[in-house]
Amino acid sequence: MLQKGNKAPDFTLAASPDKKITLSDLRGKNVILAFYPADWSPVCSDQMALYNEMLRFFERHNAVLFGISVDGEWCHKAFAKDRNLHFDLLADFEPKGAVSRQYGVYKDGVSQRALFVIDDQGVIQWSYLSPIGENPGADGILQALETMAKTA
Amino acid sequence: MLTPPITSRDHVTGNQQGPTEIVEYGDFQCPYCGEAFGVVRDMLQALSNIKFVFRHFPLAESHEYAMDAALAAEAAARQQQFWQMHDALYLHQQELSDTLFPELAKQLQLNLEQFQEDMQDNLLVSKVEADFESGIRSGVNGTPTFFINGKRFNGDYRNLLAAVRH
Repeated sequence: MLQKGNKAPDFTLAASPDKKITLSDLRGKNVILAFYPADWSPVCSDQMALYNEMLRFFERHNAVLFGISVDGEWCHKAFAKDRNLHFDLLADFEPKGAVSRQYGVYKDGVSQRALFVIDDQGVIQWSYLSPIGENPGADGILQALETMAKTA
Repeated sequence: MLTPPITSRDHVTGNQQGPTEIVEYGDFQCPYCGEAFGVVRDMLQALSNIKFVFRHFPLAESHEYAMDAALAAEAAARQQQFWQMHDALYLHQQELSDTLFPELAKQLQLNLEQFQEDMQDNLLVSKVEADFESGIRSGVNGTPTFFINGKRFNGDYRNLLAAVRH
Protein backbone atom coordinates (compact mmCIF):
# COMPACT_ATOMS: atom_id res chain seq x y z
CA MET A 1 0.00 0.00 0.00
CA LEU A 2 1.33 3.42 -0.95
CA GLN A 3 2.35 5.66 1.93
CA LYS A 4 2.94 9.29 2.80
CA GLY A 5 5.50 10.84 0.48
CA ASN A 6 4.71 8.57 -2.50
CA LYS A 7 3.59 10.24 -5.68
CA ALA A 8 -0.05 9.32 -6.29
CA PRO A 9 -0.23 7.23 -9.48
CA ASP A 10 -2.24 9.04 -12.12
CA PHE A 11 -5.36 7.41 -13.53
CA THR A 12 -8.47 8.07 -15.57
CA LEU A 13 -11.63 6.29 -14.46
CA ALA A 14 -15.31 6.58 -15.32
CA ALA A 15 -17.37 8.48 -12.75
CA SER A 16 -20.54 7.77 -14.70
CA PRO A 17 -21.40 6.37 -18.12
CA ASP A 18 -20.61 9.79 -19.67
CA LYS A 19 -18.02 11.32 -17.32
CA LYS A 20 -14.39 10.48 -16.72
CA ILE A 21 -12.10 11.75 -13.97
CA THR A 22 -8.34 12.13 -14.40
CA LEU A 23 -6.42 12.58 -11.17
CA SER A 24 -3.78 14.88 -12.63
CA ASP A 25 -6.51 17.28 -13.81
CA LEU A 26 -7.18 18.01 -10.15
CA ARG A 27 -3.81 19.61 -9.38
CA GLY A 28 -4.41 22.61 -7.14
CA LYS A 29 -6.99 20.69 -5.13
CA ASN A 30 -6.54 18.19 -2.33
CA VAL A 31 -8.02 14.83 -3.23
CA ILE A 32 -9.43 12.16 -0.93
CA LEU A 33 -9.64 8.66 -2.39
CA ALA A 34 -11.84 6.23 -0.48
CA PHE A 35 -11.35 2.71 -1.84
CA TYR A 36 -14.09 0.33 -0.73
CA PRO A 37 -15.08 -3.25 -1.50
CA ALA A 38 -18.59 -3.05 -2.93
CA ASP A 39 -21.59 -0.87 -3.69
CA TRP A 40 -24.67 -1.83 -1.65
CA SER A 41 -22.86 -3.73 1.11
CA PRO A 42 -23.82 -2.52 4.59
CA VAL A 43 -20.49 -1.14 5.83
CA CYS A 44 -19.70 0.54 2.52
CA SER A 45 -23.17 2.06 2.44
CA ASP A 46 -22.71 3.52 5.93
CA GLN A 47 -19.26 4.80 5.07
CA MET A 48 -20.40 6.51 1.87
CA ALA A 49 -23.48 7.94 3.64
CA LEU A 50 -21.19 9.44 6.26
CA TYR A 51 -18.89 11.03 3.67
CA ASN A 52 -21.94 12.35 1.87
CA GLU A 53 -22.76 14.38 4.99
CA MET A 54 -19.19 15.61 5.20
CA LEU A 55 -18.62 17.18 1.79
CA ARG A 56 -18.85 20.72 3.16
CA PHE A 57 -16.13 19.90 5.70
CA PHE A 58 -13.90 18.60 2.91
CA GLU A 59 -14.63 21.67 0.78
CA ARG A 60 -13.39 23.90 3.60
CA HIS A 61 -10.02 22.20 3.10
CA ASN A 62 -10.11 22.61 -0.67
CA ALA A 63 -10.57 18.86 -0.91
CA VAL A 64 -12.65 16.75 -3.25
CA LEU A 65 -13.67 13.20 -2.37
CA PHE A 66 -14.04 10.16 -4.62
CA GLY A 67 -15.19 6.67 -3.78
CA ILE A 68 -13.51 3.89 -5.78
CA SER A 69 -14.49 0.26 -6.12
CA VAL A 70 -14.35 -2.41 -8.81
CA ASP A 71 -18.08 -2.04 -9.47
CA GLY A 72 -19.06 -0.85 -12.94
CA GLU A 73 -20.28 2.65 -13.72
CA TRP A 74 -23.93 1.61 -14.09
CA CYS A 75 -23.86 -0.09 -10.72
CA HIS A 76 -22.27 3.03 -9.22
CA LYS A 77 -24.92 5.16 -10.84
CA ALA A 78 -27.78 3.16 -9.34
CA PHE A 79 -26.12 3.05 -5.92
CA ALA A 80 -25.36 6.78 -5.87
CA LYS A 81 -28.91 7.60 -6.93
CA ASP A 82 -30.44 5.32 -4.31
CA ARG A 83 -28.30 6.81 -1.53
CA ASN A 84 -28.55 10.39 -2.77
CA LEU A 85 -24.76 10.70 -2.98
CA HIS A 86 -23.37 14.08 -4.05
CA PHE A 87 -19.86 12.95 -4.93
CA ASP A 88 -18.44 10.76 -7.68
CA LEU A 89 -17.92 7.02 -7.42
CA LEU A 90 -15.16 5.85 -9.74
CA ALA A 91 -15.34 2.50 -11.52
CA ASP A 92 -12.08 0.52 -11.27
CA PHE A 93 -13.78 -2.02 -13.47
CA GLU A 94 -11.73 -2.66 -16.60
CA PRO A 95 -9.04 -3.85 -16.36
CA LYS A 96 -10.48 -4.93 -13.06
CA GLY A 97 -8.82 -3.35 -10.04
CA ALA A 98 -5.97 -1.80 -12.07
CA VAL A 99 -5.93 1.43 -10.04
CA SER A 100 -6.47 -0.38 -6.75
CA ARG A 101 -3.42 -2.51 -7.59
CA GLN A 102 -1.34 0.59 -8.33
CA TYR A 103 -2.20 1.92 -4.88
CA GLY A 104 -1.50 -1.48 -3.32
CA VAL A 105 -5.00 -2.06 -2.04
CA TYR A 106 -6.37 -4.84 -4.29
CA LYS A 107 -7.01 -8.22 -2.70
CA ASP A 108 -9.34 -11.18 -3.25
CA GLY A 109 -11.03 -9.58 -6.23
CA VAL A 110 -12.00 -6.30 -4.58
CA SER A 111 -10.55 -2.99 -3.45
CA GLN A 112 -9.66 -3.02 0.22
CA ARG A 113 -11.13 -0.42 2.55
CA ALA A 114 -8.39 2.17 2.25
CA LEU A 115 -8.13 5.94 2.46
CA PHE A 116 -5.64 8.25 0.76
CA VAL A 117 -5.30 11.99 1.17
CA ILE A 118 -3.38 13.50 -1.74
CA ASP A 119 -2.15 17.09 -1.70
CA ASP A 120 -2.59 19.70 -4.41
CA GLN A 121 0.72 18.64 -5.99
CA GLY A 122 -0.32 15.00 -6.33
CA VAL A 123 1.69 13.64 -3.40
CA ILE A 124 0.16 11.26 -0.89
CA GLN A 125 0.14 12.91 2.53
CA TRP A 126 -1.76 10.27 4.49
CA SER A 127 -3.01 6.76 3.93
CA TYR A 128 -4.89 4.28 6.06
CA LEU A 129 -5.93 0.67 5.58
CA SER A 130 -9.03 -0.22 7.59
CA PRO A 131 -10.08 -3.74 8.52
CA ILE A 132 -12.43 -4.72 5.71
CA GLY A 133 -15.52 -4.96 7.92
CA GLU A 134 -14.89 -1.71 9.75
CA ASN A 135 -16.06 1.76 8.77
CA PRO A 136 -13.01 3.98 9.31
CA GLY A 137 -15.07 7.15 9.79
CA ALA A 138 -13.54 10.45 8.79
CA ASP A 139 -11.56 11.73 11.77
CA GLY A 140 -8.30 10.55 10.18
CA ILE A 141 -9.10 12.37 6.93
CA LEU A 142 -9.87 15.63 8.73
CA GLN A 143 -6.71 15.38 10.82
CA ALA A 144 -4.64 14.78 7.70
CA LEU A 145 -6.16 17.79 5.95
CA GLU A 146 -5.56 19.98 9.00
CA THR A 147 -1.97 18.86 9.34
CA MET A 148 -1.41 19.67 5.65
CA ALA A 149 -2.94 23.12 6.10
CA LYS A 150 -0.61 23.82 9.02
CA THR A 151 2.55 22.75 7.24
CA ALA A 152 1.65 24.31 3.89
CA MET B 1 -11.62 9.63 22.34
CA LEU B 2 -14.55 11.95 22.87
CA THR B 3 -13.64 15.38 21.47
CA PRO B 4 -14.48 17.72 23.07
CA PRO B 5 -15.28 16.18 26.45
CA ILE B 6 -18.69 16.90 28.01
CA THR B 7 -19.19 20.67 28.29
CA SER B 8 -21.81 22.98 29.73
CA ARG B 9 -23.36 23.18 26.24
CA ASP B 10 -24.34 19.54 26.41
CA HIS B 11 -27.74 18.18 27.35
CA VAL B 12 -27.34 16.03 30.44
CA THR B 13 -29.80 13.66 32.12
CA GLY B 14 -29.57 10.87 34.67
CA ASN B 15 -27.27 11.57 37.58
CA GLN B 16 -25.62 14.96 36.96
CA GLN B 17 -22.80 13.98 39.31
CA GLY B 18 -22.70 10.38 38.11
CA PRO B 19 -19.25 8.83 38.01
CA THR B 20 -20.00 7.01 34.75
CA GLU B 21 -20.40 9.33 31.78
CA ILE B 22 -22.15 8.07 28.68
CA VAL B 23 -22.48 10.14 25.51
CA GLU B 24 -24.67 9.08 22.62
CA TYR B 25 -24.37 10.46 19.11
CA GLY B 26 -27.79 9.93 17.61
CA ASP B 27 -30.16 10.73 14.76
CA PHE B 28 -33.87 10.93 15.60
CA GLN B 29 -34.86 9.24 12.34
CA CYS B 30 -32.35 6.40 12.51
CA PRO B 31 -34.19 3.16 13.35
CA TYR B 32 -31.24 1.77 15.31
CA CYS B 33 -31.22 4.92 17.43
CA GLY B 34 -34.93 4.35 18.00
CA GLU B 35 -34.10 0.88 19.29
CA ALA B 36 -31.21 2.21 21.36
CA PHE B 37 -33.58 4.74 22.96
CA GLY B 38 -35.30 1.86 24.79
CA VAL B 39 -31.94 0.43 25.84
CA VAL B 40 -30.84 3.79 27.25
CA ARG B 41 -34.14 4.34 29.05
CA ASP B 42 -33.88 0.92 30.72
CA MET B 43 -30.27 1.59 31.63
CA LEU B 44 -31.05 4.93 33.25
CA GLN B 45 -33.84 3.28 35.23
CA ALA B 46 -31.66 0.39 36.33
CA LEU B 47 -28.54 2.33 37.27
CA SER B 48 -28.35 5.48 39.37
CA ASN B 49 -24.72 6.35 38.65
CA ILE B 50 -25.00 7.34 34.99
CA LYS B 51 -24.54 10.83 33.66
CA PHE B 52 -26.07 10.66 30.17
CA VAL B 53 -25.48 13.10 27.32
CA PHE B 54 -27.08 13.21 23.86
CA ARG B 55 -25.31 14.84 20.92
CA HIS B 56 -26.81 15.26 17.46
CA PHE B 57 -25.50 13.30 14.51
CA PRO B 58 -28.21 13.77 11.88
CA LEU B 59 -27.59 11.95 8.59
CA ALA B 60 -29.66 14.51 6.77
CA GLU B 61 -29.01 13.18 3.25
CA SER B 62 -30.31 9.77 4.23
CA HIS B 63 -33.07 10.83 6.62
CA GLU B 64 -35.43 13.55 5.47
CA TYR B 65 -36.53 14.69 8.95
CA ALA B 66 -33.32 14.09 10.91
CA MET B 67 -32.18 17.71 10.85
CA ASP B 68 -35.58 19.20 11.65
CA ALA B 69 -36.07 16.72 14.47
CA ALA B 70 -32.72 17.79 15.94
CA LEU B 71 -33.81 21.43 15.64
CA ALA B 72 -37.11 20.60 17.33
CA ALA B 73 -35.21 19.15 20.27
CA GLU B 74 -32.98 22.22 20.45
CA ALA B 75 -35.96 24.56 20.17
CA ALA B 76 -37.59 22.66 23.04
CA ALA B 77 -34.32 22.98 24.98
CA ARG B 78 -34.74 26.75 24.88
CA GLN B 79 -37.87 26.14 26.92
CA GLN B 80 -36.07 23.66 29.20
CA GLN B 81 -37.76 20.64 27.62
CA PHE B 82 -34.95 19.02 25.64
CA TRP B 83 -35.34 15.55 27.13
CA GLN B 84 -39.11 15.63 26.94
CA MET B 85 -38.84 16.38 23.21
CA HIS B 86 -36.02 13.86 22.76
CA ASP B 87 -38.24 11.14 24.22
CA ALA B 88 -41.31 12.27 22.29
CA LEU B 89 -39.40 12.23 18.99
CA TYR B 90 -38.20 8.69 19.52
CA LEU B 91 -41.63 7.52 20.69
CA HIS B 92 -43.13 8.97 17.50
CA GLN B 93 -40.25 8.05 15.21
CA GLN B 94 -42.54 6.35 12.70
CA GLU B 95 -44.59 9.53 12.29
CA LEU B 96 -41.87 12.16 11.84
CA SER B 97 -43.14 14.98 9.63
CA ASP B 98 -43.28 18.76 9.43
CA THR B 99 -46.61 18.74 11.21
CA LEU B 100 -45.48 16.43 14.00
CA PHE B 101 -42.96 18.89 15.49
CA PRO B 102 -45.43 21.64 16.45
CA GLU B 103 -47.86 18.91 17.47
CA LEU B 104 -45.35 17.55 19.99
CA ALA B 105 -44.49 21.07 21.12
CA LYS B 106 -48.17 21.60 21.83
CA GLN B 107 -48.38 18.36 23.78
CA LEU B 108 -45.39 19.48 25.85
CA GLN B 109 -47.18 22.78 26.46
CA LEU B 110 -44.37 24.80 24.96
CA ASN B 111 -44.88 28.37 23.83
CA LEU B 112 -45.71 27.43 20.26
CA GLU B 113 -44.88 30.75 18.66
CA GLN B 114 -41.49 30.83 20.33
CA PHE B 115 -40.89 27.18 19.40
CA GLN B 116 -41.57 27.80 15.72
CA GLU B 117 -39.40 30.90 15.71
CA ASP B 118 -36.55 28.96 17.34
CA MET B 119 -36.90 26.13 14.79
CA GLN B 120 -35.82 28.71 12.17
CA ASP B 121 -32.90 30.07 14.19
CA ASN B 122 -29.55 29.59 12.50
CA LEU B 123 -27.83 29.49 15.87
CA LEU B 124 -29.59 26.20 16.52
CA VAL B 125 -28.47 24.87 13.15
CA SER B 126 -24.91 25.80 14.13
CA LYS B 127 -25.27 23.99 17.42
CA VAL B 128 -26.46 20.81 15.71
CA GLU B 129 -23.64 21.07 13.17
CA ALA B 130 -21.10 21.58 15.95
CA ASP B 131 -22.35 18.37 17.54
CA PHE B 132 -22.00 16.58 14.21
CA GLU B 133 -18.46 17.86 13.75
CA SER B 134 -17.50 16.84 17.27
CA GLY B 135 -18.80 13.39 16.41
CA ILE B 136 -16.62 13.18 13.32
CA ARG B 137 -13.59 14.25 15.35
CA SER B 138 -14.42 11.72 18.01
CA GLY B 139 -14.46 8.93 15.43
CA VAL B 140 -18.21 8.45 15.06
CA ASN B 141 -18.86 6.54 11.84
CA GLY B 142 -22.58 5.92 12.12
CA THR B 143 -25.47 6.08 14.52
CA PRO B 144 -25.93 5.37 17.28
CA THR B 145 -22.40 5.60 18.66
CA PHE B 146 -21.81 5.60 22.40
CA PHE B 147 -18.86 6.79 24.44
CA ILE B 148 -18.34 5.46 27.95
CA ASN B 149 -16.14 7.73 30.04
CA GLY B 150 -14.77 9.33 26.90
CA LYS B 151 -13.90 6.10 25.11
CA ARG B 152 -15.84 4.81 22.11
CA PHE B 153 -17.94 1.75 22.90
CA ASN B 154 -17.45 -0.60 19.97
CA GLY B 155 -19.79 -3.34 21.10
CA ASP B 156 -23.46 -3.88 20.28
CA TYR B 157 -25.55 -1.13 21.90
CA ARG B 158 -28.02 -3.76 23.09
CA ASN B 159 -25.28 -4.83 25.50
CA LEU B 160 -24.68 -1.31 26.78
CA LEU B 161 -26.12 -2.03 30.22
CA ALA B 162 -23.88 -5.05 30.70
CA ALA B 163 -20.86 -3.09 29.47
CA VAL B 164 -21.48 -0.30 31.97
CA ARG B 165 -22.06 -2.70 34.86
CA HIS B 166 -18.66 -4.31 34.38
